[in-house]
Amino acid sequence: MHRDVAEKLAKLPPDEQVLLRPLVDTSRWFYVGAAVCGAITLWGIIAYVLQVRYGLGRTGLNRPEYWGIYIICFVFFIGISHAGTLISAILRISKAEWRRSITRSAELITVLVIGFGAIQPVIDLGRPDRVLNVLFHAQPLSPLLWDVVSIGLYFFSCTIYLYLPLLPDLAVIRDSGIKAPRLYRFLAAGYRDTPAQRLQLERAIGVLSIIVIPIAVSVHTVIGWIFAMTLRPMWHSTIFGPYFVMGAIYSGIAAILVAMAVLRRVYRLEGYFKEVHFDYLGRLLLIFSLLWFYFTFAEYLTAFYGGEPGEMRTFWAKLTGRFAVPFWAMVAGCFVIPLALMSRQATRTPVGTSIAGIAVVIGMWLERYNIVVPTSVNPRWEIEGVGHYLPSWIELSIMAATFSGFILLYMIATKFVPIVSIWEIKEGRASVQEVAERVAHYSERVA
Amino acid sequence: MTRWGMVIDLARCTGCAACEVACKSENNIPTVSPDQAEMGRATSWMRVMAEPKGAFPDTTLEFYPRPCMHCDNPPCIKVCPVRATYIDPEGIVGQIYPRCIGCRYCANACPYTVKYFNWYGPEWPESERQYRNPDVSVRAKGVIEKCTFCHHRLQKAREDARAQGRQLREEDYQPACAEICPTDAIVFGDLDNPTHRVAELKEDPRVMRLMEDLGTQPKVYYLRQRT
Repeated sequence: MHRDVAEKLAKLPPDEQVLLRPLVDTSRWFYVGAAVCGAITLWGIIAYVLQVRYGLGRTGLNRPEYWGIYIICFVFFIGISHAGTLISAILRISKAEWRRSITRSAELITVLVIGFGAIQPVIDLGRPDRVLNVLFHAQPLSPLLWDVVSIGLYFFSCTIYLYLPLLPDLAVIRDSGIKAPRLYRFLAAGYRDTPAQRLQLERAIGVLSIIVIPIAVSVHTVIGWIFAMTLRPMWHSTIFGPYFVMGAIYSGIAAILVAMAVLRRVYRLEGYFKEVHFDYLGRLLLIFSLLWFYFTFAEYLTAFYGGEPGEMRTFWAKLTGRFAVPFWAMVAGCFVIPLALMSRQATRTPVGTSIAGIAVVIGMWLERYNIVVPTSVNPRWEIEGVGHYLPSWIELSIMAATFSGFILLYMIATKFVPIVSIWEIKEGRASVQEVAERVAHYSERVA
Repeated sequence: MTRWGMVIDLARCTGCAACEVACKSENNIPTVSPDQAEMGRATSWMRVMAEPKGAFPDTTLEFYPRPCMHCDNPPCIKVCPVRATYIDPEGIVGQIYPRCIGCRYCANACPYTVKYFNWYGPEWPESERQYRNPDVSVRAKGVIEKCTFCHHRLQKAREDARAQGRQLREEDYQPACAEICPTDAIVFGDLDNPTHRVAELKEDPRVMRLMEDLGTQPKVYYLRQRT
């Protein structure tokens, strides 16, 4: 860190000192991590160029396994993106005070991951050069078109929802002059944090946090409908819309927990991501692990009880057949491990929640695998026989690149914006009295 | 109103697969290498499926020649985001190759798995190139293709009939598979025209359609084996 930057930083109040430090102080490990992520991303880009050059034949896809890793990742990443919006919007609306330090990191995941999710179906296209036909020859009855609309709207609203609460912090960076003055003068857009501006800002955030909730719900409902609207066994199910939304929020919470644990360690944010945050989010994760079990059980019981031959082939392929390993690994990751860890106070620690979070993230990826692949390889007409699917190195490289690309962008983002919302933390500190009064009011005796 | 359809008599089918071969050469479908075929990348708009029946040693094979069902209520059309797959007024389900974006949603939506994808660009050995059919467009890599009931033959038949100033007759328009079938198991024509054989055959007591319960209303009918 340059000496005059250090001096400028030292002049700032304590919260700003801690939270703005990552913007100006970069360790060697950051560059090592960024280089590794960048290399993997580059590798994936090369793989994609090869795929475009030679055709989708370079993947492991075939007939009847028309969709594979890319569509699994599409559902998975868009699912993760439900972290930010839902957590921050719902907690904001319900005035949960403990949200203040976690909203920013969550919203940032949302915006970055939507992009990485949304490119997956384009990577999956046989003719990416014709992707604009979706606009030129739009066919409104296609669930894919509903998806284009709702993901587009979601990306747009989430980006605004990330940017607006950033304004006061961007103004602080601009005024402190610690980094790229012209950039932050532009980004802060003349925000001066006057009481009138602050009031307007909070109103806008309030309205947006209501608007983004139905949009977020629509996004994953429609993704579930892509599958449910076909007549394929184990896809054609009314539970898919809500099941996908629930799963998306679940994987989103898990992703936030993992991100928080990492950020807390590398940027020394123990004073902001406290044990209590992991405890509360851990409780939320526990609720969702139970919800996940409920939805999954309902889905499979309905299919089993009906006993339709087409459905049963896919059903048994998952429970005891070729897909038993990914199926039961999914049950372990999405239910057994988080339930065991999150139902005890002693393991709702940063370490315990991170382990549960990683288990859920892996489990939810497997859930999407278990939705896409077993149904695809079991066509409805039995004489077709059973298909097979082994992803090629191209598909796996592109998947690795998607993960590393997201991590890389997230790392870079932490160098440009404070990963904990400074003004919301300060507002929280200033409103302790008000909150105490509000809480006292709940239990006031009415004469 | 004309509704093109097909009746396939399973009792007459010998499983010779002449229909498959005729279809491939008529529609410029390239053969792929054995390992690609093993991966499930071979294309057969018309395919003779075989189902083993009975217990050893009293076993037989039953054959189902399977083209596109040309459903009256096709699940593939609803899901296409770019209107690349369509049903024409005479009931033929087609694919617009230059518009298809290759998302393969229609392929997943089809319960009969009759939509084929071009995993690579088409390739012919030098010796076969001159035998390609100039009436049928060659599909580029990355798009979906499917059985068209050889609708290029319909265009030609219609023009010929008009030139000769007469009505279109049943024998004027026959897809390659129906034309080649040595046992006359595949019969093709207008389901709504009482003078066409299919109109009568589809009322046969042995008649059935594949997965009729799905409500797709296929225009390919099968006549069951005689018992």
